[in-house]
Amino acid sequence: MTNPISRAYWKSNIKILVSLLSIWFIVSFGFGILWSEELDQIKIGGFKLGFWFAQQGSIYIFVILIFIYVFLMNRLDKKYKKDISQETPE
Amino acid sequence: MSTQELTYLFVGLSFALYIGIAFWSRARSTSDFYVADKGVNPIANGMATAADWMSAASFISMAGLIAFMGKDGSVYLMGWTGGYVLLALLLAPYLRKFGQFTVPDFIGTRYYSKAARLVAVLCLIFISFTYVAGQMRGVGIVFSRFLEVDINQGVLIGMIIVFFYAVLGGMKGITYTQVAQYCVLIFAYLVPAIFISILITGNPIPQLGFGDTLVNSQTYLLDKLDRVTVDLGFIAYTENIKTNLDIFCITAALMFGTAGLPHVIVRFFTVPKVSDARKSAGYALIFIALLYTTAPAVGSFARVNFIDSVQGLEYAEAPSWFKNWEGVGLIAWNDKNTDGMIKYQAGNTFKDGRPKFLDALGPSGERLTSNISENSNDNEIYIDRDIMVLANPEIANLPGWVIALVAAGGLAAALSTAAGLLLVISSSISHDLLKKIIKPNITDKQELFYARISAAIAIFIAGLFGIYPPGFVAQVVAFAFGLAAATIFPALFLGIFTKSINKEGAISGMLSGLIFTFSYIIFFKFISPDLDNAANWIFGISPEGIGFVGMIINFLTSILVSRFFQAPSQNIIELVDKLRLP
Repeated sequence: MTNPISRAYWKSNIKILVSLLSIWFIVSFGFGILWSEELDQIKIGGFKLGFWFAQQGSIYIFVILIFIYVFLMNRLDKKYKKDISQETPE
Repeated sequence: MSTQELTYLFVGLSFALYIGIAFWSRARSTSDFYVADKGVNPIANGMATAADWMSAASFISMAGLIAFMGKDGSVYLMGWTGGYVLLALLLAPYLRKFGQFTVPDFIGTRYYSKAARLVAVLCLIFISFTYVAGQMRGVGIVFSRFLEVDINQGVLIGMIIVFFYAVLGGMKGITYTQVAQYCVLIFAYLVPAIFISILITGNPIPQLGFGDTLVNSQTYLLDKLDRVTVDLGFIAYTENIKTNLDIFCITAALMFGTAGLPHVIVRFFTVPKVSDARKSAGYALIFIALLYTTAPAVGSFARVNFIDSVQGLEYAEAPSWFKNWEGVGLIAWNDKNTDGMIKYQAGNTFKDGRPKFLDALGPSGERLTSNISENSNDNEIYIDRDIMVLANPEIANLPGWVIALVAAGGLAAALSTAAGLLLVISSSISHDLLKKIIKPNITDKQELFYARISAAIAIFIAGLFGIYPPGFVAQVVAFAFGLAAATIFPALFLGIFTKSINKEGAISGMLSGLIFTFSYIIFFKFISPDLDNAANWIFGISPEGIGFVGMIINFLTSILVSRFFQAPSQNIIELVDKLRLP
């Protein structure tokens, strides 16, 4: 990628991916599996917290993550298009 | 009307709807046939993806599996939903930008090689046929239990319906029938779940009911379930039996496998824009989550209901659903202590697996089997986990129309997935093999003709799988996900996120992931099934989770091998640059 604006776009994209995928990993592999037993000590209603993350919570957060991604990328796309059109005045 | 008549009515109406849609949305070009002319609204595509994805396994089997696996069942819940995050963030938008028709298209172009395309086609066909076989078995079960037609006739009817809308309509027909099928299947799943949730906990929302207290009691449902399962000799319902590492690997294999399944990926080729592909993945996951967050609730209700309604009962008094399913051969009662009472506990009732029924009845009127009794425990019940969702409304004494609805929903789930799979099989044959490798000179019209022929042949083969089910269907499901994770996902990911991986790297990566995963599963599932336990597995990772290790091997091989060969040309680097921009 020779164009600096395109490079910046890709860098921001990667930053978004890394932060969202970290949350993805923490709620499923972290809360649902690796630290699940520790979280099970906490109880909310009839749910042990680790069990709830494994069978319910992680799924809700997955849905939210995708929509945050859609929002952030749409904003980034708009900014990129604006920058590109300023860069090359006809 | 009787339950039987209602079932005929509901199934008949839903089938009429699917065929009607097929006529309305016939395909006129290859673009129509392969990717619905890239004109599908993202919400409609989300629904179609959800129906495409949620198969007979999700609808019929999953809640039953969770009912008996307890917390270990979370691998399916997280694995089969978390993959959509990967798909939305790492693959869908870039592949839509690429803008061709099939997954092998991308692999063949990005790695500038017919060999890479061919390897991708082989993986795709293997994965898809494994999956289709399971769907056809689901169709057979529903027909034989609820409509009392022969399993073979049931499969035949299913084939004819799919033939209509897949061969005529291609992707366009399939998409719009899948939207209808999603509505049928989610309604059919939620209605009995809500009823049962109200009956057991008084809470109309199953997702909350399953963390609520039992009706007329201060005890939480899950606490009761923990206590009862421990009393019967099982591990507590909300605790894991498998090791954390194994659960980690199975979940990962299912997630990366989901993101690499060709029939799911190709759905994102059908929307108009890149931003629509992202949005569409989000909608798809909402529609999927509706069922996937209900399933663990249904599983826990089913387990409680099942124990409460048969434990300690005299066989003669057993509810009618128990005897109906015994009649179909999916429940067996082995009266070990000959006291005429049903006793359900931890452990297998037979030493040799599935019941082999004799043509004779025992003293209480039960069906006798020729199995060897397992006398190290007192359990007298054999139950096929696949029946829990279908039997649940009967166990909970719900009205006949709910039972009829569940039958129609099960068929919608099986048929929608089968159609999606058959389409990727036919397009990989007509487009990737014929047009791109063997006969590049055919016209669009001829290609469409070949696509229809190969769809018809694929339906025929899938039907044979349903009529003569290979005994290994359950075992090979691990294959589909393991192989998708170990072959297709890394090739796509590296193709988008690196520029240095060349064709030698990608091909050797796919082959190494394929061979490793394939041999591990073949060894433990077919060559030495007696060794298939944690003591013999590499690092204690089961064949279900080995696809994750295969994926890591693929990544390492691709990166290493690429260093020894010429980097991709300037054209390919420009292609990757273009993919990355909106």
